[in-house]
Amino acid sequence: MIRIENVSFARGGTEILRDVSLELPSGGVTAIVGPNGAGKSTLLSLIGRLQPLQAGRITVGGHAVDSTPGAELAKVLAILRQDNGVASRLRVRELVAFGRFPHSRGRLSNEDRAHVAASLAAFGLDAFAERFVETLSGGQRQRALIAMAFCQDTPCLLLDEPLNNLDMFHARDLMRRLRAAADERGRTVVAVLHDINHAAAYADRIVAMKDGRVVADGPPAELMTPETLERVFGHRIRVTTIDGRPVALHHL
Amino acid sequence: MTAIAARLTRPGFAAGGALALLFVVSLVVGVGDVSLSRLTHDPEAWRLVFASRLPRTLAAVLAGAGLAVAGLVMQALARNRFVEPTTAGTDQSAAAGVLLMTLLWPSSSLPVKTAGAAAAALAGTSVFLAVAHRLPPNQPFLVPLFGLIYGAVLGSAAMFVAWQADLIQFFEIWTRGEFSGVLRGRYELLWLSAAMVALAWWAADRLTILSLGRDVSIGLGLDYQAMMRLGLVIVSVVSALTVVVVGMIPFVGLVAPNLVTRALGDDLRRAAPWTAFVGAALTLGCDILGRIVRYPYEIPVGTILGAVGAALFLWLLFGRRA
Amino acid sequence: MIGRAPLALAALAALALLATAAFLALNLRGDIGFALELRGARLLALVCVGVSIATSTIVFQTVTGNRILTPSVMGLDALYGFVQIGLVFALGGLGFATLDPRMKFAGETALMTAMALALFLPMLRARLDMTLMLLSGVVLGVLLRSLSSLLARVIDPNDFAIASGASFASFNAVRGDLLAVASLMTIAACVVVWRARHVLDVLALGQDASTALGVDWRRTVAGLLALVAALVAVSTALVGPMVFVGLLVVALAERVVNTRRHAVLLPAAALTAIVVLVGGQATLQHGLGGASALAIVVEFAGGLLFLALLFAESRRR
Repeated sequence: MIRIENVSFARGGTEILRDVSLELPSGGVTAIVGPNGAGKSTLLSLIGRLQPLQAGRITVGGHAVDSTPGAELAKVLAILRQDNGVASRLRVRELVAFGRFPHSRGRLSNEDRAHVAASLAAFGLDAFAERFVETLSGGQRQRALIAMAFCQDTPCLLLDEPLNNLDMFHARDLMRRLRAAADERGRTVVAVLHDINHAAAYADRIVAMKDGRVVADGPPAELMTPETLERVFGHRIRVTTIDGRPVALHHL
Repeated sequence: MTAIAARLTRPGFAAGGALALLFVVSLVVGVGDVSLSRLTHDPEAWRLVFASRLPRTLAAVLAGAGLAVAGLVMQALARNRFVEPTTAGTDQSAAAGVLLMTLLWPSSSLPVKTAGAAAAALAGTSVFLAVAHRLPPNQPFLVPLFGLIYGAVLGSAAMFVAWQADLIQFFEIWTRGEFSGVLRGRYELLWLSAAMVALAWWAADRLTILSLGRDVSIGLGLDYQAMMRLGLVIVSVVSALTVVVVGMIPFVGLVAPNLVTRALGDDLRRAAPWTAFVGAALTLGCDILGRIVRYPYEIPVGTILGAVGAALFLWLLFGRRA
Repeated sequence: MIGRAPLALAALAALALLATAAFLALNLRGDIGFALELRGARLLALVCVGVSIATSTIVFQTVTGNRILTPSVMGLDALYGFVQIGLVFALGGLGFATLDPRMKFAGETALMTAMALALFLPMLRARLDMTLMLLSGVVLGVLLRSLSSLLARVIDPNDFAIASGASFASFNAVRGDLLAVASLMTIAACVVVWRARHVLDVLALGQDASTALGVDWRRTVAGLLALVAALVAVSTALVGPMVFVGLLVVALAERVVNTRRHAVLLPAAALTAIVVLVGGQATLQHGLGGASALAIVVEFAGGLLFLALLFAESRRR
């Protein structure tokens, strides 16, 4: 589904990605983890063609991201960026409806409206639907933006730190929805997560990055070992098992 | 949907009625008696209406609507609520452009000069936007501040050239908006700005997405650069047209969109027609005001709007915080 | 750094003298005595303007804690223009226009000082965000200028010269009748500011720090602002509005002496202003023909500098 071949990226003389290759098959949830500055967000924005490729090649569903028309790619992948300072005076419903733009080009059909309504309901936004985005709290705004990405209804969904600003309830809720999107509808979800335990609990696969390279890659059970985590994050982390799932005690 | 439609139609009728009223008032008010009673029997009065009053009124409506929508588009492009063509160097560039055309090809026709002005406006606004996008987004007042001073610097450079070339009289005409010189046959270019308004309406959804930023635009499959260019063309053409035909009219593009988006939000599809309405009414109203304040003399609409618009701008800056 | 300051000041003084000599002596023809008298008056006006602009800008920057601000960017010279025309409008019927110019000047200055205090003290005390303060100042300037030209047209609809003439400074048509009183005011203001130079150093630390160090912030700042308003009135009355010269001159001076200590910066900026204005006028008048252009050139350079500073400042935070 997503194929990344020998991608390198530098900005202002600093190497951010060094020869990254990855293959993510269709369906399933992949979590990208790693310390600050590992190149996770850059990799995600390269997949989402928000930045031009410098070296290497990326295809999503067979479409090369640097040569496929943007409008066509927007039906294949949706991307949510981390720093979405939407200060716009748009109503939540209007914002979410723009997620349908790749399909409707602005003329909403009844099907589009149904998608919008479903997304609003799914992320508990019904009560805010007619409020302006700029009047929402950080967490509510984040949910509105996630709803917009969901509303785009693409086979592939890229999320950069989607749990930012979310409270525990909504963080868990979002992770379950991502899981369900993969299980029930065969979506390919790639999310940069900073909490390794969210990754371990909900992802099929964890890709760990450090200094612009992929340093570990595998299912949670395989990756969640003190040795691997120390290699990635630089300090010894105890790992225990609760209900058959590995849990890292990284805060201790 | 019908509930929204019902909610929208009542103010819609009110606004339409107000504009129509202003339109009629504008036909009647001014030097030269065109009272309704005279119109019933005097063909001379009708001649005055068709040769001068009607063109003047139409020019005010077209310029006002065009500038207001240009301001709305500009705000989407710059992602900042406080910019408009006169505060972003666009109008000053247009004036410099028409000045250059007059210097280099004095015999060129009005449309050709306008094209030159539009090209200059395009260049000047591109520079503004390039800088504006590099300014830190957490300081929203920096962008209009930069734009105001940038416009002032461009304006004084152009004025210097005009001074040296002894074209200062012409330069005053371009920089001070005035409808008193508008006659039939001398304003028709302004209809192009109605076309620009239509273009903005056609692209309204994409322009709204543009205002959400580059990442969101690309994520939704928009050709970001192309949309940016389209928006720039709309803004530049409207600016150039008004500068060449009637002269700079400040603050319409700032005040009208802000008043509208405050109530309706930033969705251009919804806000654009209202913005055009408010801009037309504001400009026409100020023109009528300029005709009656010191009757029988006229005060240029640019001067009136400079005062009215700046006061409204300050209110917009501080009204929200109070 | 301390060792460098006297040297830099001496160099600036030498340059200023050179500029003065050039201004007086270049291309002197015809009745030398008469020409010198004419040029002397003009020189005095330029020096007056330069010193008052430099001083008012430094004081204003220190008081507001902001190196991009100048009184004119904040609309003070527009305020003066507005007061001028507003008084004519309000009292026109009472023969105000025919009053002795010095009386008029005094009245205008007093009224403008009061208005400036009423406008800016609340702004300073609200501790507005820097960019918002700048923006509102610029817009306030636009508002006042528009109101002035509106009033001008209402008073005399045929006189187009009022609207256009007042929008640019001119060093050729210096108001001779006001020269004596303007010089006296400048000197008096400079004496006051000079004696307050150490207080100014403290004020530069900000409101809290200066209060902690025992300076009565409100009263001191109010007094200094009144002084700034008077100085702006002097320069605007003599040559007309100039927005960016102060910024240019102070930034140049600070670059040369490399300190913000007022004991050094005040004379340095005053000397720089003389070099720029007198030297520039001498060059343009005799070297480059277009004598009326100095204001525009200086304003243009100052505007560019303002943009650069604004950009740098916004990057720094």
